[in-house]
This record gives sequence, C-alpha cells and structure tokens, in this order.
Amino acid sequence: MPEASYPDDLLYHPDHDWARVEGDVATFGITWYAQDSLGDVVFFEPPAVGTQVTRDEPYTEVESVKAVSDVIAPLSGEVIEANVALGDAPEAINEDPYGAGWMVKVRLSDPGQASTLLAADAYVALLA
Amino acid sequence: MTRYTPVTDSDREAMLAAIGVASLAELFGEIPESVRLGRPLELPASLGEAEVYEHLRALASRNSSTEESLCFLGAGMYDNYVPAVVDMLMGRSEFLTPYTPYQPEISQGGLQVMFEYQTAICELTGMDVSNASVYEGPSALAAAGYLAKLTNGRPRFVVSRGVHPHARETLRTLSVGYGTSVEEVELRDGATDPRAWAAAIGDDVSAVFLAQPNFLGAVEDLAPLIAAAREHGALVVCSADPIALGIVEAPGRLGVDVCVGEGQTLGNRLDFGGPSFGFFAAREEHLRRMPGRIAGETRDVDGRRGFVLTLQTREQHIRREKATSNICTAQALNALAGVVYLSWLGREGFVELAELLARRTAYARERLCSLDGVSALHEQPVVREFALSLGLADVDSVRRVIARCAGERVEPGYALGRDYPEHPDALLVALSERRSREDIDRLVDVLGRALAAERAAAAAGGAAA
Amino acid sequence: MSVQTGATADAALTIFEKGQRGRRAFQAPAVDVPERPLDELIPRRLRRSEPARLPEVTEPELVRHYVRLSRRNFDLDSGFYPLGSCTMKHNPRLHERVAALPGHARLHPLTDPARAQGALELMWGLERALAELAGLPHVSLQPSAGSHGELTGVLLTRAYHADRGERRGKVLTPDTAHGTNPATVTMAGYEVVKLGTDARGGVDLDDLRAKADSDVACLMLTNPNTLGLFDANIEEIARIVHGVGGVLYYDGANLNAVMGISRPGDMGFDIVHFNLHKSFTQPHGGGGPGSGPIAVSEAIEPYLPRPVLVRRGGAQGNGSKVEFDLDYDRPRSIGRVRGFQGNYGCFVRSYAYICSLGAAGLRDVSETAVLNANYLLARLRALGVCELLPPAYERLCMHEFVLSGAPMKRELGIRTLDLAKRLLDYGYHPPTVYFPLLVEEALLVEPTETETKQTLDEFAAAVAEILREAREDPELVRNAPYSTPVRRLDEAGAAKHPLLRQPL
Repeated sequence: MPEASYPDDLLYHPDHDWARVEGDVATFGITWYAQDSLGDVVFFEPPAVGTQVTRDEPYTEVESVKAVSDVIAPLSGEVIEANVALGDAPEAINEDPYGAGWMVKVRLSDPGQASTLLAADAYVALLA
Repeated sequence: MTRYTPVTDSDREAMLAAIGVASLAELFGEIPESVRLGRPLELPASLGEAEVYEHLRALASRNSSTEESLCFLGAGMYDNYVPAVVDMLMGRSEFLTPYTPYQPEISQGGLQVMFEYQTAICELTGMDVSNASVYEGPSALAAAGYLAKLTNGRPRFVVSRGVHPHARETLRTLSVGYGTSVEEVELRDGATDPRAWAAAIGDDVSAVFLAQPNFLGAVEDLAPLIAAAREHGALVVCSADPIALGIVEAPGRLGVDVCVGEGQTLGNRLDFGGPSFGFFAAREEHLRRMPGRIAGETRDVDGRRGFVLTLQTREQHIRREKATSNICTAQALNALAGVVYLSWLGREGFVELAELLARRTAYARERLCSLDGVSALHEQPVVREFALSLGLADVDSVRRVIARCAGERVEPGYALGRDYPEHPDALLVALSERRSREDIDRLVDVLGRALAAERAAAAAGGAAA
Repeated sequence: MSVQTGATADAALTIFEKGQRGRRAFQAPAVDVPERPLDELIPRRLRRSEPARLPEVTEPELVRHYVRLSRRNFDLDSGFYPLGSCTMKHNPRLHERVAALPGHARLHPLTDPARAQGALELMWGLERALAELAGLPHVSLQPSAGSHGELTGVLLTRAYHADRGERRGKVLTPDTAHGTNPATVTMAGYEVVKLGTDARGGVDLDDLRAKADSDVACLMLTNPNTLGLFDANIEEIARIVHGVGGVLYYDGANLNAVMGISRPGDMGFDIVHFNLHKSFTQPHGGGGPGSGPIAVSEAIEPYLPRPVLVRRGGAQGNGSKVEFDLDYDRPRSIGRVRGFQGNYGCFVRSYAYICSLGAAGLRDVSETAVLNANYLLARLRALGVCELLPPAYERLCMHEFVLSGAPMKRELGIRTLDLAKRLLDYGYHPPTVYFPLLVEEALLVEPTETETKQTLDEFAAAVAEILREAREDPELVRNAPYSTPVRRLDEAGAAKHPLLRQPL
C-alpha cells in the first residue's frame, strides 16, 4: 500500500492496532504504520473462534520475512470470527490493512473500553 | 607476526598512527589491569608446518584405524566406503570455507545443495519436509522432543529401549530443561514389547520415540507401535538408519510425525564420532516448529530460479526466547557429503546396497551363531547389524575377548553390557559393504579362537580357585 | 566466483532434474554369500513399498553438477569476508591434511580407549590448552557448536543449583546478546530477563542491580560484547551476580579479541564456551560443522557431560605409564548432550592450529585482530564514510565494530542492506547486517587478523566509492547486485509459499 492512511471511522491503540466498533462487536487489525514497519507479511495464523482476548495483551502473531510481531488486542472480548482468508493471502495485511487485511471480529466483554482508544488524529500525532 | 598474521613492524607503525594511538597496548586500555593475564600463556612454543604434521601423524599412528583392522563395530557409526568424489567436493574452497549463506546472491551453490539434500532426505524417510540438517543423530532425537513439547506441552516422553543409548541419554539430559519426564519401555526378544509399550502410553504423553532398526539391529514392526501412540494423540518420533531404508519401509509411510537419524553412514567418515550430520524430517503440519536452517526455492528480480534460507522467523536470531530451537548451524559440509553420496549410490544402488548388506549380515549371523556357546540375542529380522550372546560370564569377559581379537587386527563388535546390563555377555556386530564374505569368515575364525581361549582361561582360573 | 557461461542456466537445475533412468555412479560389490530370497530375511510387510527416487547420474555428471554449483558460492579462500561475529579467519590447509590421516579420520568412536590413545591424548592436549586460555580448570569437548555449548552450560547451571537444593527461575541476558542466548535459556527451562545497555555500550549496572536477586540462576555475557566493546565493569558485574548466588556464563563467540591477554576465568566467569569454528579456525563449511567445547570452574566440574576424559599414571618420577581413558562413572553428571565424544575432526584441526601458533602466536592473533579492526575503522573515518555510517559508540573497538547506517538511510535513502548488496558487486562478502538489534541499520564489521593492511585499505575504499555512487545515483545501489549468479531474491515469496524440495 503506497500511501499512509488512518481512517477517521476507526479507533486506534498505541501499539498500532485499530478497532472498528459496531455495537458490542468490533473488528480488529493492524495499522498502516505497523504493516509498513514489518514489511511484506508472509504468515498469519488467525486465532480460533472462541478465543478470549484481553485489552493490551497479544492475541496472535504476524510474521514478515525477518520479523515476528505480537498483535495486541485493543479491546477485550471473545473471537467470533477470524479472517481465515489471510492464511493463503497474508499480503492483504499490507495491501489493504483496513479492509481485506482485517484479522478478527470480537464480541466485546466491555464495550465501554472503547473510550480509552485514540481517534485518528491523536494516533497520527503519536506517530510524529 | 605468525605465518597466518601479516602485520609487519612497518605496517603496525602506520596502522597505529592512522588509529591515533601510540602503542598496541593502548588498544587494550579498556581491560582493567586486574583481569589481564600479565604473563605468557603456559602453552608450548609455535611449530613449523612440517613439525605440526609430524606430531599429528605420530598421534594418528597410535590409533587403530579401520584401515589397519577389520572393523565390525557399528552402534550408530559405520565403516562405510566414502567415494572419492565426496572427498574432492568437500575439499573445494567454495564448499569448505564460506559461512552460513546469509547473502543468497553469492551462496546459490550452498543453498541449492541444501535444497537437494532436503529432497533426498524426504525421499529416504517418506516425510513431507526436511531441514538442512542438525548436529548429529542423538541430539536430533532430543530436538524432536522439543518440537513435541512446543506442540502439545504434555508432561511425559515414552522411549523404547531400542533407541540408541546415547540418544536416550541425550533426550534425558535435555528433557530436564523441557520439564518433561522420560520413561523407557523394555524390549522383548530384541524388539519393543508391544504390550508394555501400549501400557506406558496415556493421554499425558507428549511424544514417543522408536528406532528403525533398533539398537540391537532388529527391524521393528512399527505399525502397531505407532497406532498405540496415535490413539492417545502423542507425537511419534522415529530414529532411522538411513542405509536400512533401502530395504525397510520408510517411516513416513507408516505415519510417524518426525523422522530423525544419524547421517554419518551417508558418505561421511568416522572421525572418532564427528563431525557428521543429523537429519530431521517431519510431516508438513510440524513445519513451523522445526528446528534449524531450511532452504526454499524462489525467483530473483529478473525471474531466474534461486534459493534462499526461508521460514527464518522460527529461528533464534529472530524469535529469540520463543524460538523453536537455539540451534544456528546446520552441518552443511557433512550434509553435502550426504547428498553427493546418495546421488552417487543412486536410485538402484541405494536398494542394492541395503540388499547386499542384508544378505551378508544373514550369512555372518548364521556363521557366528554356529560357534560354540554363541547364540543370537534375538530372532528378529535384521539389515546390517545384529546382537549375539557370547555365552560368557560378564561384560569383562566380553572385553577380554574383544581385546584378543584386536590383537589379531579384528574389531569384532561392541560390548553391549554397559548400556544393557540385562545382557552382560552380548556383542553387537555390524557390517558395512567393505566387509566381504572372506572378512566375515576371518571374524568367525578369530572370534571362535578368542572365545575358546577365554573359556580355557576362565576354566583354568576356576580350577586354580 | 561465477563466470557466467553457457552452463549458467543448467546450473540452476537440481541433481534430481538431471540424469536418466538407469544411469549410475555406483557399482555394488558382487554378492559373495548365498542369495537367499529377501522374504526369508525380512518379511515383505516390513519392507519398503516404494523406492526412494534418488538421482540417476554417472560420476562425470555428478562431478560436473557439484563443481558448477560450487562456482555459485563466494568463499573465504577467494575474498575478504568481514562478517561480524563470525571470525572468518584463514583456514590453514595443513589442518585438512592432518584431519584426513586414517588414524584420525577412520577411527571408530567406540574403539576401546586402549587402541585410541593418540586420539585421547590429542583431546587431552586440546582440553589443557583451552583450560589455559579460559583460565578455568576443567573442559568438556562434547558440545557440537556454540549454541550447543550454551545449552550445556545453562543445564550445568541448573544441575549446580539443584544439587544445592535451590530452584531458581531466571537467567539474565543483555539486550545486545546473540539470539542463541535467550533461545537457550527457554530450552533449558528458565525465564529470560533482559538487561539494558548503558551509554558506553556495556551492561547497565543499575539495571543489573535491580534485577539481580536470589531467583537469578545465571548471567550470560559476551565480553567483548556484540558491539565489539570490552565491558570494563566486568568485575563489578561478577560481584553482583555472585553476590546473589548466580553463575556467570561466558559466550566465547568473541574470544578472538582477548586470547592470551585476558581470560574469562580471571574476569570471574564460571562457565565458558569456545567456538572452535571461530577462534580456532575450523572451516565453516557453508554453515557447519562447528564445535563448542566448554571450560568450567571446580564448583561446576562434577556436573560435566559424560564421559569425561581422564589421564592416569605418569606421576612425577614414578615411571608409571601415562594412559588416557573415558570415565562414565560420573553420578552427578548432567548426562550426554550428544553421541560419542564430540566433533573430533574439529578437535584435530584446532589442536593443530594451537600447535602451529603456540603461546606467543595466539596472543599475536588477538592483538592483530584488534589492530586490524581499529585500523579499518580509522580508514573508514579518514575517507569520510563515518559521516553517513557513524560508529555506534565513539570508542576504540576490540576485534570488531558496529556502524549505524541510519544517517545514510535518512540522507540518501540507502539502507544498510543496499550497501551490503552493492559490496557483492565489488567482490566482497558484506559485514553482518541488522545485528546487534539495538543499533539502527547496524553493520557489524570483523576483519580478523589474517587480512593484510592492503586488503583493509581496498575494502575501505570500496565502501567510500559505494557512498559516492549512492549520492550520484541512488537507484544504482538500491538495485544492486548486478554481477552475481542471481540478483535480489524474492524472500517473501519463498516464505509465503514454501517450496522446500524438488517435486518429482
């Protein structure tokens, strides 16, 4: 993905993860900055449906050729769907980090946690 | 200056001036006086090349090599013939002197050798994937234990006493670190006792370990042993003698998870135990938990075929404390010998060699068992190694018999008593293709006389007492 | 390196894609025993059901294939190889000759010690020399490589504490450590605790004091460290770790800087591993074999791997014969860490090396290694290279030094990787890149003692020339190399869709 972008409709975690909150369900992924730092993503193994994830803690890993990075959960909850298509096409994480590169959908255990996340402009300020 | 270090006095002067220091000592100024040696090393003075050669030759002359004595020792390493092409290729600077292929553009030779080696090992073992080799056989088995630990984290390993005693001991040593206990299962008539085996395996078993053929030379009936382990979801690790796989079913076809083994017998010399290589092959599902280097095929920017080290995120330099192993080296040069040797043998030669060994071994076993007091330790089928009971009182008598044979330049085999106290008078006899019928007949003659002499000495000793 | 010829395309075919059904290089010895049916020897159900599809080639094809492949490798015999942390010093050919003597090369590892006295005496001589270099009394030659020595060392630590009735859970490693250190710690069942680095590149003592407690089993340290710097606080570090009952482990990867000058045992270390393939010039073989002996203190000795080499007789004046043996009766031993006695072939080479150099020569090795490294750094500085590739620490270095390519990346858009790839076109093996991890765009340079001043001058000039190219035409450098058998390879593709064997 050539150009940096940080959509306004998402919430951001300082460890370079995003969440799209829709009621008590949220979709998670990693930001443009995170995928750019990693380089070409070559492997992603989605967590199993039913896995409990905890805010600020890693729930899976993403691998490039010469790096492994923990993926941090921006919010707590239970995985209800994982993006299994990334198993065969992990490059989607680079090419479309906010679209086809989404990682999991989570039923939030405490939707109120969303208030602790950053808006796009605050996250961008953090990167500067 | 030494003959390997080029700095002359005038070089040194110019170099120190360029650095901007007055003396060599200044370069070591960071080292506190209190931890400096402050005296010359207590080592001999330097020697010229010819003197070193003579010294090392004199040491070599005090070893009984397989050039001088007829060697029937095996037990994990074999006196097989190493073809001349192997020596020639291993001696080439381009294979001998590079480091690990970190820069693939200038390491295509070494990387392609790894890829070819991996292919050959997969073919031999019937497994899906192979790494580019590990240190040697016994530690390869212990490394498979770590893969099992990472896979299921269960608390117990079950290992057949048919597994090489060095491999069992290495597994025990390393399992202390894994936090996994190790339990051994007895042999019965030379093969893993299927009932004891099944009884030892439960849902808390992480992995089971077998050898094919086992240490006593017996070809194991693996299928039921593997089934017993899979019933409880335990990983099955099988150590194999690669030469025996010319005639014995490939472990991969029987459903083992990991197949490991000692590669010395594939074109490597004995070297008093190393360096050689260990092979490590697995089912596809275990790929991301494999230890060691792995080469893979790819393309360059111009579309040309090329090879790289791949799946490196498993390894210590990237994953550090979460790595699948701490290993950072393969045994690239020894693995090169392995794949050159297998290509030299070829598809048909690989089978012919194993069949020849099986036939000569059957002959040797039959002839030796005709000696007074000697019997087969077990009746299982064998490929190139078998165990005898010599009809002696203890392991010391066996050692004396071996020494008598050695006096006639025959190494008759390995005394099993230290590793198998339950078989104090057992001898493990191995053949390589270098041992002809004539050699076997000589072994029968020499061992027969040594046994008779030992019995006579024992009888005389007994009478004296 | 490779001359591009008509054979180039053919060279990328694997041995499995060459040959023809029915060709062979091997002629089996004649069957000279009764040809009993195989079914009588091994029941059919236990026999191989499908053949291994090995190559089918004659000897000429075999030789040509692998000689062509060899030409697609760069090697130390043909060019400068300043690969940091790897000590790519010259491999004397004498060593290959003596290692191939039948008395060494064709000695079965289970030969009775009575008939292997020459081999055991050689191992004894090597053990004594390594003990003297380490400043520690006891040695085991068994471990197969540095990382294997590390694992053995940490398991020894565990046995030592366990024997004293202590259960400790943590091992300290600096953030500059080789990846093998933390990986080893986990395999040995401990938790890794990372130590920070201070402003001068040494262990952060405050951080060490804060983390050293009675749960610390061991500190693993390289000195000089992976930044090529000697940690002058080593005695204080040892005091702190010993003060909490911990063991000090020396990663010997950088021993080439201090042989005969300073000894790990005198610095306070309890366990040391050697890399015979680094300091003692066992050829690297394209990634193995190596050998990783360890030296230990009296307190650790009871736990050494089995068997232990012992020398008997020969006490002064009593005229008894000296004999060497392998002692298996070691009740407190951690046990074996591999088969047989270790990589004896490597012992022969390293022992020959020590005999060749002697006491003064080994010291000269380290002095020259350090001189060469500092000189190369000075040359790079004089040529203005360090304006874009400054040393990570402005100090004298030991046998290697670290540059940071961060300014080069910022100002020219050229990464350390690009510089490395362009060096290939100049006929050099590049230094280690992107290690140590705490230096941005790191370049770790270790020239070794066997290189001449002229070689160092030429290398420095090549780096300066590449920077000039990068200023004028950054794309030239960014797309390098051009002259190699293949150009930059798609590593992401290889990892995404692993093709790990020749399909047949």
